[in-house]
Amino acid sequence: MTVNMGPQHPSTHGVLRLILELSGETVISADATIGFLHTGIEKTAEQKKWQQVIPLVERMDYLGPQSNSLGFILSVERLMGIESKIPERVRHIRVLIAELQRISSHLVWLGTHALEIGAVSVMMYCFRERELLLNVNEMLAGFRMFPSYLRIGGLREDLPPDFHETVDAFLERFPSKLTEYENLLTKNQIWMKRTRGVGVLSKEDTIAYSLVGPLARAVGISYDVRRAFPYLGYETYEFDVPTRTHGDVYDRYLVRIEEMRQSVRIAKQALQRITPRGVFDIQDYRIVPPPKDKVYTEMEGLIQHFLIYSQGFTVPPGEAYVPIEGPRGEHGFYIVSDGSNRPYRIKSRPPGLYACQAVPKMIEGGMIADVIAVIGSTDVVMGDVDR
Amino acid sequence: MGVNPAPPAGPPDPPPPADLSVPGFISPLQSALPDAVTQVSYWVGDWTMIVATNRLLDVMRHLRTAQEASFDACCDVTATDWPPRAERFDVSYALFSTRHRHRVRVKVRVADSQAVPSVTSVWPSANWLEREVFDMFGIPFDGHPDLRRILMPDEWQGHPQRKDYPLEGPGEMLLENPMDWLRLRYEP
Repeated sequence: MTVNMGPQHPSTHGVLRLILELSGETVISADATIGFLHTGIEKTAEQKKWQQVIPLVERMDYLGPQSNSLGFILSVERLMGIESKIPERVRHIRVLIAELQRISSHLVWLGTHALEIGAVSVMMYCFRERELLLNVNEMLAGFRMFPSYLRIGGLREDLPPDFHETVDAFLERFPSKLTEYENLLTKNQIWMKRTRGVGVLSKEDTIAYSLVGPLARAVGISYDVRRAFPYLGYETYEFDVPTRTHGDVYDRYLVRIEEMRQSVRIAKQALQRITPRGVFDIQDYRIVPPPKDKVYTEMEGLIQHFLIYSQGFTVPPGEAYVPIEGPRGEHGFYIVSDGSNRPYRIKSRPPGLYACQAVPKMIEGGMIADVIAVIGSTDVVMGDVDR
Repeated sequence: MGVNPAPPAGPPDPPPPADLSVPGFISPLQSALPDAVTQVSYWVGDWTMIVATNRLLDVMRHLRTAQEASFDACCDVTATDWPPRAERFDVSYALFSTRHRHRVRVKVRVADSQAVPSVTSVWPSANWLEREVFDMFGIPFDGHPDLRRILMPDEWQGHPQRKDYPLEGPGEMLLENPMDWLRLRYEP
């Protein structure tokens, strides 16, 4: 029997369509169709100035928006050759934001994943903690979902007052809450029966499908971009890369839970290194807007202000790709510049696309009821897949 | 607003700086497959090899299997459109080795409607990536098992990421020569 699942199915994390060939309750073969959320962000970005692309790319992976913009910014900064001029403080703030973003994204994943398998209450708890992280975003930029706080050459503005206290309170509170979620799930018989041995992908297949990130770490590939190709000074932070060996839905769950613990660890170290007030951009006013007191009092500042907001800045011709470890795995932007003030081409490497491609492989031979569990465990965000 | 400049033909690939040692997998490749690699270049932090289109599959198989290379993951396949050039598309492959933790970019240059050999037999993950390049740029891939559109609807006409495809969509001009759009955009 052929069953069409999606694109409007509530458990497909957006609009993923699966065509399942069934024999009884067993999935014989599956075919995934994507593209229902294609918005042409890469094409639109070619018409925007470099700085204007940031809000666009944040809307790709809408659960980890600042990971998108971080990947884009790092590529642009490398191509401009200003990577080494970014102040230490800005790097630590970026690390802190990236790790909070990872926690926030994993919380949505955990909540929805558990909800789909049947543990409804976990979602309420996860969204309670995520709310606190959205509050941090609101403090930073006044925008809860897509703050656009990270900018090429630094940050939008300095940290708000009480930032340290708020983040510190969250980091103190969160580990105990994580234990609370684990008490609900990790040893739960129903959870284990639904997830152990389900959706297994072998190590060879994982590499063949180019899956990196939590899905690869669940089969024992200890590849983490933060370790292999350190950016933003991750080599100076202490953290572990959790790995498991079975590669089933349960192991992916355990890997992500442990990743949240490690993120808290990194975030605490980063928070200690950040001074409450200080320099927040590279202070090269051809790239970042000059401070307002200069704009109002100095001729030069006014000119720079107008240049930034009317023409933007140019990026030397060339291409760059800086991978980062996003919540879903290796994420990055391949950017091409022709030397003008607009990108010539940007291409996101969406980790979700690779996961979607591997979903049929994971669900073939399993039960139809497990399809939901497998899709949930890959943590795909269709905005990221279709762009 | 000034007039848009002429459409660019793309920056020339810069030669690697003299003080930088070439990664160990490049010279074995050049001796195993002479004349396959036409140029080795270095962009900020990324080694790039430009490869003759008809030798692409040989190069990729070598990079996949050779001990010192063992690029077991095809990280990305994408293209860039430079319309003034005769070989207007740069198709670039980002490869990554989970064993050696190194990466390289392989590039081929093709003309409009010239086919590129598909690397799906080497890396299964290239399947959807090549479909996306086909969908967005109209570059056909030879030997691809399932070359269909992936992001756009099946009945769509035109290839949106081409530079001569207007941002607002082709509208009524759909069946006219798409190069006209480029002329309209870049000429005063």
